[in-house]
Amino acid sequence: MIDATGNPQAVLLLGGTSEIGLAIVKEYLAKQPLRVVLGVQPGDELGEAAAAELTAAGASAVDVLEFDATDFASHPGVIDAAWKLADIDVAIVAFGLLGDAEELWQDQAKAVQIAQVNYSGAVSVGVLLGQKMKAQGYGQIIAMSTVAGEKVRRSNFVYGSTKAGLDGFYRLLGEALAPFGPKVLVVRPGQVRTRMSAHVKEAPLTVDKEDLAAQVVDAARKGQTLIWVPPTFRFVMIALKHIPGPIFRLLPL
Amino acid sequence: MSTTPATDLPTITASLSGWGRTAATTAQVLSTPDPELIAAAVAAVAGHNADSPSHLKRGIVARGLGRSYGDVAQNAGGVVVDMTALNRIHAIDPDAATVDVDAGVSLDALMRAALPHGLWVPVLPGTRQVTVGGAIGCDVHGKNHHSAGSFGNHVASMQLLVADGRVLTLTPDGSADDPDASLFWATIGGIGLTGIILRVVLNMTRTETAYFIADGIVTKTLDETIAVHSDGSEANYDYSSAWFDAISPAPKLGRAALSRGSLATLDQLKEKAPKLAADPLGFHAKPLFDLPDVFPNGLANKLTFSALGSVWYAKSGNYTGKIQSLTGFYHPLDMFGEWNRAYGSHGFLQYQFVVPPAAVTEFKQLIRDIQASGHYSFLNVFKLFGPGNRAPLSYPIPGWNVCVDFPIKAGLHEFLHGLDARILSFGGRLYTAKDSRTTAATFHAMYPGIDDWIATRRRIDPDGVFVSDMARRLELV
Repeated sequence: MIDATGNPQAVLLLGGTSEIGLAIVKEYLAKQPLRVVLGVQPGDELGEAAAAELTAAGASAVDVLEFDATDFASHPGVIDAAWKLADIDVAIVAFGLLGDAEELWQDQAKAVQIAQVNYSGAVSVGVLLGQKMKAQGYGQIIAMSTVAGEKVRRSNFVYGSTKAGLDGFYRLLGEALAPFGPKVLVVRPGQVRTRMSAHVKEAPLTVDKEDLAAQVVDAARKGQTLIWVPPTFRFVMIALKHIPGPIFRLLPL
Repeated sequence: MSTTPATDLPTITASLSGWGRTAATTAQVLSTPDPELIAAAVAAVAGHNADSPSHLKRGIVARGLGRSYGDVAQNAGGVVVDMTALNRIHAIDPDAATVDVDAGVSLDALMRAALPHGLWVPVLPGTRQVTVGGAIGCDVHGKNHHSAGSFGNHVASMQLLVADGRVLTLTPDGSADDPDASLFWATIGGIGLTGIILRVVLNMTRTETAYFIADGIVTKTLDETIAVHSDGSEANYDYSSAWFDAISPAPKLGRAALSRGSLATLDQLKEKAPKLAADPLGFHAKPLFDLPDVFPNGLANKLTFSALGSVWYAKSGNYTGKIQSLTGFYHPLDMFGEWNRAYGSHGFLQYQFVVPPAAVTEFKQLIRDIQASGHYSFLNVFKLFGPGNRAPLSYPIPGWNVCVDFPIKAGLHEFLHGLDARILSFGGRLYTAKDSRTTAATFHAMYPGIDDWIATRRRIDPDGVFVSDMARRLELV
């Protein structure tokens, strides 16, 4: 259950080695012990380390399930397995690929792969999580979107378009689930300092994953449905969306 | 066992929360005056299979008037039986001083019906808007705990619908259905997890009037408040409690307005209030108005609370032998119907604890730390409890009982988590009717009889048919 101050008892992290996802779980753990279920890509060597890290952070139990984002047929079994361990109070959808933007739009196989992981995979688990939480009468889904999905830009439009799809799906999933109790929080960060972005030049408004996690957990407690990290991005994006196309194309974005 | 298909259960989907309006969950709610239909619902849940609708796989629990603050009468994704429709008063026996009522009867309705017969509800909590079943499930207490114990002490018998479909008759000293009375006492304070209470025979208190004869004392400091409670004067009154100041820094911190009294006799009423003596058992109070549901979050803050507190403090005072109505003496908040709305949509959290009398030094420090915490509480109740009863999950134990209200805001969890640990270390405990956020480990450690209670529960409900959000949170299944 989630208590009156917003503390869950069991959290499922899909993308079980995602640095952002793990930071969010640790933010919950900082309040009180809880059970964690990690959905980790088969063969991902970081899975064990992630489990150990969470145990050290105070998790009362950590279970690792194999989760392949593009093996869609396996997803119902993975979600069932998680719920067999415990009622999942909070499910974090944090798996995804970034890729090389210039390669992606010119390489069909790689473009299909990122679309399947970031969009189809996210939709697949979103439907399943929604059904489980609808039956459960409550629950919190946290979906990791990005500002790159709010206004898709030339510089990373394949990635951006997959996240645009994810963003729209989860926002409306939240509306669909609202009458049944579960809540969905869509998180739109700018750049976060992680492995994924280590090779990219640091953009303005870049945040640490711990800052992001604190903001996400606070928003979930308050029942918010959409946040930007840092909050300033909300206004940056409003401005960007209102720049006329011919001018926008000239900007190095 | 009945095999009513679940689809026949006339349930509605509803979002339920406690009086604190936190942690709402959605359930299928069955509201019926028909005990047969309630039994059918229990049977449908108990007999569910893989193909059953999902709500039949998530248990069932009874709910009364929803005045518990936390998640005690919620069952996320499962079935909740709204007991308020099962509300017949079957018999009032003035000679035996008993009543025979359905579990969904409210204490307010019972009081109004029984008063003309010279019978008084033996234990009234801070609100009369609770059901008899709920009063048993939380084993509620009132201002007269030191003289009369808690609600469960006054139950002569009850009928409990259990997981296998039987309706058992339970009494405090044992019955054919419950020879050692373990199920009776597991049900007192058992937050609905042993079964659904359908009908109750209650021992009432005889009274000549519906009025109190009361004395008021105002203290200036916390030490003085504790001294007044410790000088033996409590024994002169059947009823006693105090509002205390948890906002002003010392020395005002802990100053209190005590209100103590007993039910007035007819002679006392004739002497002190001859006009009222014409209708000594009359009770005519109505809620004046509901607070509109438009309060902004954050309205309940130190500034508004300090102002309210000063008004309250000035309004109380020193008096003796004053005749007071029930509303004036006991239920001043009933003047506002839906007063919980004043805390805004974020809701609030009520924190009630009791610590043994010996821990008085630690208790004073707790009060000082609450004042210094930056979490401001206006509705603060202080009462010295008398002896507890046999029920393993009954809250009252002898000691200093305090109830405070905090608006939900950042840092509250950490603060209360720290208080939990200290209260536990002093041998104190929290109250199921109020709790909405403690942990299973803490709660279990606070109730030494919990293993006995869990054993009784597992014997009577081995498959966990009766489940609530609180049961899941506090691992009581």
